[in-house]
Amino acid sequence: MTIEKVQIVEKIFEANDQVAAQTQSLLSKNSVFSINIMASPGAGKTSVILKTIEKLSDKVRIAVIEGDTAPVTIDSDKVIAMGMPAVQINTGGQCHLDAVMIDRALKHLDLKNLDLIIVENVGNLICPASFKIGTHANVVISSIPEGDDKPYKYTNIYRGIDVLLINKIDLMPYIDFRMDYYQQGVEILNPGLTTFQVSCKTEEGFDNWISWLSTQVTEFKNRS
Amino acid sequence: MHELAVTESILRIAEKHAIQEEAKKVTDLYLVIGNLSSIVDDSVVFYWEMLAQGTICEGSTIHFKRLPAKMLCLTCENIFELSGELIPCPNCSSFQLKIQSGEEFWLESIEIER
Repeated sequence: MTIEKVQIVEKIFEANDQVAAQTQSLLSKNSVFSINIMASPGAGKTSVILKTIEKLSDKVRIAVIEGDTAPVTIDSDKVIAMGMPAVQINTGGQCHLDAVMIDRALKHLDLKNLDLIIVENVGNLICPASFKIGTHANVVISSIPEGDDKPYKYTNIYRGIDVLLINKIDLMPYIDFRMDYYQQGVEILNPGLTTFQVSCKTEEGFDNWISWLSTQVTEFKNRS
Repeated sequence: MHELAVTESILRIAEKHAIQEEAKKVTDLYLVIGNLSSIVDDSVVFYWEMLAQGTICEGSTIHFKRLPAKMLCLTCENIFELSGELIPCPNCSSFQLKIQSGEEFWLESIEIER
């Protein structure tokens, strides 16, 4: 019996990346812009999504894909209550959404009648960073109470994202959050990253985010 | 935390190549992982023993080749390795840094019996 070495050099995430690329071209073909929202639990993903729907839904047709590790519908119920289509994905304990889950979820949405799909990833700063899901933009929501050291400890999540929202900015007077220190960490990982400081509660800075997103959706429609 | 999904992916890649090569058995796998990739070796091994059962990879050993996380200081051009969280340049304390390597993650090769 001989043992033989076989050279491979294949990326572990290759299969997932391929499905993600197919998803992106399907969405592009239908002129639907899509964003993937990643954050730790409690950073305000759902609040940002609901506020975004409130501000944009009169001119943009939005659907939401909600990822959770358990069979809960709390978040998707809130979206549906606002009159928007929502698909709930239960990952069955998995700590992230992957491209195949999104591919399946899209079958429940009428892409021809949508302008924007917002995906709310599982609340986690580690795993979602590794799994592309095919969206046109990746967004991280950070929040003041999480502390200013997060870019230094969870480096991967800040790599390869397109927008950063720093949420709960209204809590700055009460929490020792060094904004300079935080932003210095982000700058190393993702130089020049588009960043918005926002509060869902007071709406401070929120219009800047809405204006950015609205421009992306419009430009995307015009391009395709 | 995502090692189960990652290990399933390793198995799929190894099986695909083993079948292409008409192997009877896979004995060893060589993974390359940059130190900035959030992968815990022990968890991969733990899942591997479960997932490989009953496959062409049953009983095989995974070898981990770890590549350092290298940072380039844009201020003094010093190159240094990170061992944990992000730190300033140990030479000049600058935070003007660029990641040079450490995000690799692939299956480099397998050893098979024909």
